[in-house]
Amino acid sequence: MKIPLDENKLIYMQIAEAIEDAVISGELNEGDQVYSTNQFARLYGINPATAAKGINLLVEEGILYKKRGIGMFVAEGARNMIIGKRKTKFIEDYIYKLIREAEKLNISKEELIDIIKAYEGGNK
Amino acid sequence: MTYAVECRNISKSFGKNIALSDINLNLEKDKIYGLLGRNGAGKSTLLNIVTAQLFPSSGEVRIFGEAPYENDRALGHICIVKESGMFLKDVKVGDALDIASSFYANWDNNLAERLLREFELDRKKYYKNLSLGMKSQLGIIVGLASRAPITIFDEPYIGLDAAGRQLFYDALIDDYMENPRTIILSTHLIDEVSNLLEEVIILHKGTVKLEGNSEDIKNKAFYISGIKDRVENHITGKKVLSKEEFGKTLAVAIFDNISEKEKRVMEADDLTISNVPLQQLFIYLTGGRMIKRGDINE
Repeated sequence: MKIPLDENKLIYMQIAEAIEDAVISGELNEGDQVYSTNQFARLYGINPATAAKGINLLVEEGILYKKRGIGMFVAEGARNMIIGKRKTKFIEDYIYKLIREAEKLNISKEELIDIIKAYEGGNK
Repeated sequence: MTYAVECRNISKSFGKNIALSDINLNLEKDKIYGLLGRNGAGKSTLLNIVTAQLFPSSGEVRIFGEAPYENDRALGHICIVKESGMFLKDVKVGDALDIASSFYANWDNNLAERLLREFELDRKKYYKNLSLGMKSQLGIIVGLASRAPITIFDEPYIGLDAAGRQLFYDALIDDYMENPRTIILSTHLIDEVSNLLEEVIILHKGTVKLEGNSEDIKNKAFYISGIKDRVENHITGKKVLSKEEFGKTLAVAIFDNISEKEKRVMEADDLTISNVPLQQLFIYLTGGRMIKRGDINE
């Protein structure tokens, strides 16, 4: 059983995002060891060099760090770093898109804000 | 740096037919290469030249720095599995494996036995009585168990169903991680193997159309769609592979660098952007449905 990947996206970005997701959700805590390149390769059925590229991206950003001979670990402050990074992306990917889509549908900003305020999670 | 396989200005003609023209390739040690091309692109001709089963009309091959012709040491580094079988008819599966084991210095008998079980191949069966799929399985077992520093699979899965192919891909990645070596997968089942590849070589009409790291290639191939004028605006100066219009919408496939900033600007203009899967890029580059085509030669 392989975890399916989105073929319209870069694989190594998807690996990096999967690790980030695990840190945000608390599945991986700061100081925890991350799956190895080979484990990722096996899990997703991908070339290990591609998996390594995704991991190295997070090392460059300071989210992961390498303990020589042991493996990769989640850095201290990683969660905040990821959340900070995601917030910027969230505004660009979701909020701006939401506003543009609302404009297309003639939903005013006030209406939009009301909808957001009225939302209480779940099926509302 | 010594390359695992070096092709220098390889050309090959059969009579008036030009099969390969001025191929230059450097294949690095311990990477998985995909050799992709349509039928008749020259894949098998190139592989036969690399493995010294065919002489080039001009040019040179080097295997770990040495010419392979009548060179047992250079050829001992190579195992090639072809779709057309490789064994004598009156040999049993088990004997075929024994014969193969004597060819390859790094042969791993445990791996051969394990794969034999996984494929549920009967070692007492005669080669001539095997189905096409079983013959392919035997070829795959030999290729993987050979652990040859250069292992070539030339369309190795004729008659093999999707489950059997998946077994091959899984075994390949598993064993490659334990024992890295140069692997060349020649195939037209691109969507199935694209995630396994580190490097991609696209051969088209006897020439190298595109070559490079598979993720880098994918990172230059984009679909962009949206309102026609806006799309036109943003793709000025970019290499366009294909254009399709429906009403006021325009969808294009481009092969060019797009920065994160450019992407943001496009998205703000309500354009949709995604990466083109390798298989689709291959179709664009090798003359599938094409409305407008840029000149791509990387």
